[in-house]
Amino acid sequence: MITEKGVWNRLRLRLLFTGPTLFTFITVMIIPFLYGIYLTFTNWDGISTTQTMVGFQNYGAVFRDADFWKSFGLTLKYVLFTVVFTNVLAFLLAYVLTKGIKGQSFFRAGFFLPNLVGGIVLGFIWQFIFNNVLVYIGQQAGIGIFSASWLADPDKAFWTLVIVTVWQYAGYMMVIYVAGLSGVPGDVLEAASIDGASGWLKMVKMTIPLMIPSFIVCIFLSLQRGFMVYDVNLSLTKGGPFKSTEFVSMHVYQKAFLSRDYGVGQAEALVLFLLVAAITLLQVYFSKKLEVEA
Amino acid sequence: MAGSRKVFSLLKLFGLSLALILFIVPFMFLVMNSFKENREITSNPLALPDSLSFSNYTNAFEKMGYVDAFSNSLIITMLSVLFISLFAAMTAHYFVRNQTKGNQYTFLLMVASMIIPFQAIMIPLVKIYGSLDMLNSKWSLIYMYIGFGSSLAVFIYHGFVKSIPKELEEAALIDGCTRIQTFFRIVFPVLMPTTATIAILNVLWIWNDFLLPSLVLIDAKQRTLPLSTYNFYGTYTVDYGPLMASLVLTVLPVIVIYLFAQKYIIQGVMQGSVK
Repeated sequence: MITEKGVWNRLRLRLLFTGPTLFTFITVMIIPFLYGIYLTFTNWDGISTTQTMVGFQNYGAVFRDADFWKSFGLTLKYVLFTVVFTNVLAFLLAYVLTKGIKGQSFFRAGFFLPNLVGGIVLGFIWQFIFNNVLVYIGQQAGIGIFSASWLADPDKAFWTLVIVTVWQYAGYMMVIYVAGLSGVPGDVLEAASIDGASGWLKMVKMTIPLMIPSFIVCIFLSLQRGFMVYDVNLSLTKGGPFKSTEFVSMHVYQKAFLSRDYGVGQAEALVLFLLVAAITLLQVYFSKKLEVEA
Repeated sequence: MAGSRKVFSLLKLFGLSLALILFIVPFMFLVMNSFKENREITSNPLALPDSLSFSNYTNAFEKMGYVDAFSNSLIITMLSVLFISLFAAMTAHYFVRNQTKGNQYTFLLMVASMIIPFQAIMIPLVKIYGSLDMLNSKWSLIYMYIGFGSSLAVFIYHGFVKSIPKELEEAALIDGCTRIQTFFRIVFPVLMPTTATIAILNVLWIWNDFLLPSLVLIDAKQRTLPLSTYNFYGTYTVDYGPLMASLVLTVLPVIVIYLFAQKYIIQGVMQGSVK
C-alpha cells in the first residue's frame, strides 16, 4: 500500500480516520469502566465531591448483601429458561420456515415484529394482557390458572417474564437461524438421503453440527440480553411482587441510584461483569470446539 | 403417502398460523382497547369498542408531549446512527489498511469491550458526565451512543473492508485522489450494504433504548419516546384508555416503517449476525 510521506501527514491521517471513534470509545467505555473499578474501593454517596478509600469493604458488603445473591440466582434461573426456550422455539420456526412454505416471508416478518418495539412498551402491553385480558378469560371460562392475575403471584410473575422474553426474542434468533440453515449445503444433505439417512439422522448428524456458528451467535446474544434485562423487568413487574422478580440489573440500579450506595452498587455491577464474562467466554470456547467444516 | 404428506403440511401451516396469532394478538388487544372508555375496558377487554372515538388518542398525544418526544427520538437516533456508521467505517478501513501491532491491539480491545455489560459502566458514567455538567442534553446522549455503538460497528465493517481489493484504492490514489477522497468516493460507497446493516441494528437499539436515556435525560422536554411513555404510564396508572392509546402511539411509527422496509430490516439483522 502507498503510504503518506512525513510523520505529520501520517499522524493527521490517523487522527482523521480513527480519532472520533477512539476518542468517544475511550471516553464513554474505557475511562468509565476503569473509573468504575476505582469507585468500588470508595464510599461515594452520590452527593459529596470527595470520596474516601475503603479498601475491599464494598466487596465484603456485596457478599453480605443477601438480596443481591437472591436477585442473581433469579437472574440465572431466568437466563437458563429464556436461553433454552428462545433458541428451541427460534430453531423450530426457522426450520419450518426454510422449507418453502407458502407465505414464509410473511410468517418471518410476523414473528420478528416484537423486536421492533422496545422492552418498556412490550412490558406494558403484557401487563395489560396478564392483568386484564387473561383474568377476564379465566373468570368467564372458569379456567382456574388464569382467574387471578399472574403478576400478583410471586411464582407466576417470574414465568410472565420468561414468556414475554421468549416471545420477544424468538423472532430475532429465528432470523439468525434462517441465515444459518440456508448456508447448510443442499448437496451434502442430498448425498446423505441417497445413502439412506432418515430426516432425524440428517438433522442430528449434519444440520446441527453445520449450524454451530449460528448456535454460538444466538446463545451468546440471548445470554447477554438475559443477564442485562432491565426494561421489560421494570415495566412488566417492577421487580414485584415482594422483590420476587427483581433481576440483578434492577438490583444494581436500586442499590446505586435509589439507596445511594454507589460503591456497593458498582462493586455488584463488576461482580456481574466478571460472572457474565466468564460464562460467555466459556460458552464461546466450548462451542468453538464443536465446530466442524462442511 | 401423498395424502399423509398433505395432512402433515396442513398441520404445519396450522401450527405456524397459531404461533403467528400468539405473536400478533397482544398488539390487537392494545389497538382494540385504545378506542374504549375505562368502563368498557374493565368490564370486557375482549369486546370491540362501542364507538370509534379518538379522545384517548388526543388525550395521550397531548399529555405525553408526543411531538417533543418523537422529534427528540428522531434526532437522537438519526444523528447517532449517522455518526456511528461514518466514524466506524473510517476506523475499520484504517485498521485493515494499516495492520500495525498497535492497530491490531486497539481493534482487539474494541472487540473485547463488547462483553462489558452496560450496568458495569452506568454508575461511573453518570458520575463523570454529571461532574462535567454534560447530563440532561440530547447531544451528550448522541455522543455516548457513538461511543457505545462504535465497537460492534467497527467489528462488522472490519470484516467487509477486507473484501475490497486494495488495487481499487491504489488506482484512485495514483489518479490523484487524496486519502479522504478515496474513502468517500470509493470505499464508503462500496460499503453501502454493510452500512445499511449497521444502520438497521443501531436504529433498533437506539430508538427503543430506555436505561441510558433515563439516566442522562432528566428534563421532560428532552425525553425520548420510550421515556415519555414510561412517565405517562407512571402518572395515569388507572386510566386504561389513554394508556393503551399512548402505547399505540409509541408503537405506530416503527410498525409503519416496518411495513415498508421489512425485507431490508430482516436482511440487515441476518447479515449482522454472520461473522
